[in-house]
Amino acid sequence: MTTHPNRPGYFGPYGGRFVPETLISPLREVEDEFQRAVNDPAFWEEFNALLADYVGRPSPLYFARRLTEHLGGAKIYLKREDLNHTGSHKINNTLGQALLARRMGKRRLIAETGAGMHGVATATVAAMFGMECLVYMGAKDMQRQSPNVFRMNMLGAKVQGVSSGSATLKDAMNEALRAWVAMVDDTFYVIGSVAGPHPYPTMVREFQRVIGRETKAQVLKAEGRLPDRLVACVGGGSNAMGLFAEFLPDQGVELRGVEAAGQGLTAGLHAAAINGGQVGVLHGSKSYLLQEENGQVLEAHSIAAGLDYPGVGPEHAWLHDTGRAAYVPVTDQEALEAAFTLSRMEGILPAIESAHAVAEALRTAPAMPKDNVMVVCLSGRGDKDLHTLISARPQEFHS
Amino acid sequence: MTQPATGIQRLEGVLGALKKQNRKALVAYVMAGDPTPAFTEALVPKLAEAGADIIELGFPFSDPMADGPVIQAASERALRSFPGLNAYLAMVARLRRVTPVPLVLMTYYNLVFRYGEQAFAKAAAEAGLDGAILPDLALEEAETWQKAAEAAGVASVFLEAPNTSAQQAGLIAQASRGFVYLISLKGVTGSDKGIGEHLDQRIDRLRKLTHTPLLLGFGISTPEQAHTLGGVCDGVIVGSALVGRMAAESTDAGKEQAAVALIRSFRQALDA
Repeated sequence: MTTHPNRPGYFGPYGGRFVPETLISPLREVEDEFQRAVNDPAFWEEFNALLADYVGRPSPLYFARRLTEHLGGAKIYLKREDLNHTGSHKINNTLGQALLARRMGKRRLIAETGAGMHGVATATVAAMFGMECLVYMGAKDMQRQSPNVFRMNMLGAKVQGVSSGSATLKDAMNEALRAWVAMVDDTFYVIGSVAGPHPYPTMVREFQRVIGRETKAQVLKAEGRLPDRLVACVGGGSNAMGLFAEFLPDQGVELRGVEAAGQGLTAGLHAAAINGGQVGVLHGSKSYLLQEENGQVLEAHSIAAGLDYPGVGPEHAWLHDTGRAAYVPVTDQEALEAAFTLSRMEGILPAIESAHAVAEALRTAPAMPKDNVMVVCLSGRGDKDLHTLISARPQEFHS
Repeated sequence: MTQPATGIQRLEGVLGALKKQNRKALVAYVMAGDPTPAFTEALVPKLAEAGADIIELGFPFSDPMADGPVIQAASERALRSFPGLNAYLAMVARLRRVTPVPLVLMTYYNLVFRYGEQAFAKAAAEAGLDGAILPDLALEEAETWQKAAEAAGVASVFLEAPNTSAQQAGLIAQASRGFVYLISLKGVTGSDKGIGEHLDQRIDRLRKLTHTPLLLGFGISTPEQAHTLGGVCDGVIVGSALVGRMAAESTDAGKEQAAVALIRSFRQALDA
């Protein structure tokens, strides 16, 4: 139901491949190789073995007992993607794409990164496969996520600062696309979200699908039934798509994506493409987009660098239009509050991106019946955000 | 000469006349609004007088993914005082009244999509734009835009790249109106890594498929290069070299003088 029957790469009217002619052949090569890999049991065997032994999957589904009792409503489970090697869900996808790159004989991986988690995950698999790695990162993000820059360097990757435009994730992606054109013969572009030109939105969803597949089995084992609601943060939307994909046919499971509302939707400083944007084309696909009346793309604003993106994956746009998933805004302040609450109530410091999903749980769980089950995707860990947290709440940090 | 009825005819007329005279086309790219719309409006007729056969007019976009640093910077300068698409189209309409030089738009698809493909094609034609190059709208996504442009008489120009497959090259050759834009290298505009190999084979391949003129762009930075490359195709597009040359001058008069001198030197090299 989510794919337009006659146009590969489309989700309803969204998606597509809006790129310069120079990228058409490389994208078709990636698409063809991905199709071959999908149908090759040996590919999945190796992928799954690495997910188990290298990433540490399955990641736990943890029942947050204190939080649940505190809120007094639905039972809250956390899907612990923060416990993966490298500290987020990003590694699932970079591993899949690196395997694909190896099949295609490429020797270098390039990537864009916002918070740095995708950059670290790409640098990690590049090291493991003995490939070169070049990561494009907005100059503004390099400053606010400096620990991840050092991690990438430690892993042998080169981090290329991007100071054009707003010097954040969207500009890093522009630069990575430009660079790929020039070195495409020996280079694979590892896109980190369910965004970009076809086949990336589909391919990244398939590599992240493991999140939902595990969740389904784990929640069935723990509760004997499917969950009532799934909650995940959405920037481009890869952890959300990975969680949702396996549950799309289960109409009784409510899907809820959380967009970064920054300083608030009415203030205009936010990153909520579905809640506050219009349909447009950026980075190779058609989807909701923050833009002004002429179609110039607007700068996104979020405390979370990983959500600080003016677009959103095309499949999310379609899930929104069809009503299969709902997308709600959470502000910087709400996310901050949730990061402190989860840290102090469960001993889990979430990434500020994932804290947006936690905030939605804090907001809605109390009104839900006690026998309801909610799963929140904890997409990453928050060590990288300490600097941001200290700046926001200095009074909480003293010896 | 009678007034051409459509932009496509104007482009075909100019390029056809050059071919008959066995001369090569010189296309000058400028970013509209860099540094101000008034400067561009004054500059365009002077570039035509200096020897540019066609003016490629860039409309700035916030995320120019096919452009290198020189045109990215021009785009950012133009966006600092961007008055909106309708104001730009009004400038084109004023230019149309003072110069017969073909004007071909180069911008990114989101601006056209947001305006509405049909509405934009109609507004562009009314303003006097003769063609449009949308570098991020490759042929496989362009069906509705092609129809809208054709109906309005605006030439939809498509690009062919060094890594375009034979099958795709055939489709591009058939679809492109006015001229086919050959991307000289695997890279963005203004790249300096030299013109890609197999250029002769690419041109041979296209010649067998179409009589539409073949113009070469991306990374052509000197008159000498233009002279050499003019020998194998129907003309060249000079963009980053021109935009960069102007950016190096601090005054409007200095920019204009430098631009006119550069276009003259390219003209001489192509005619030599």
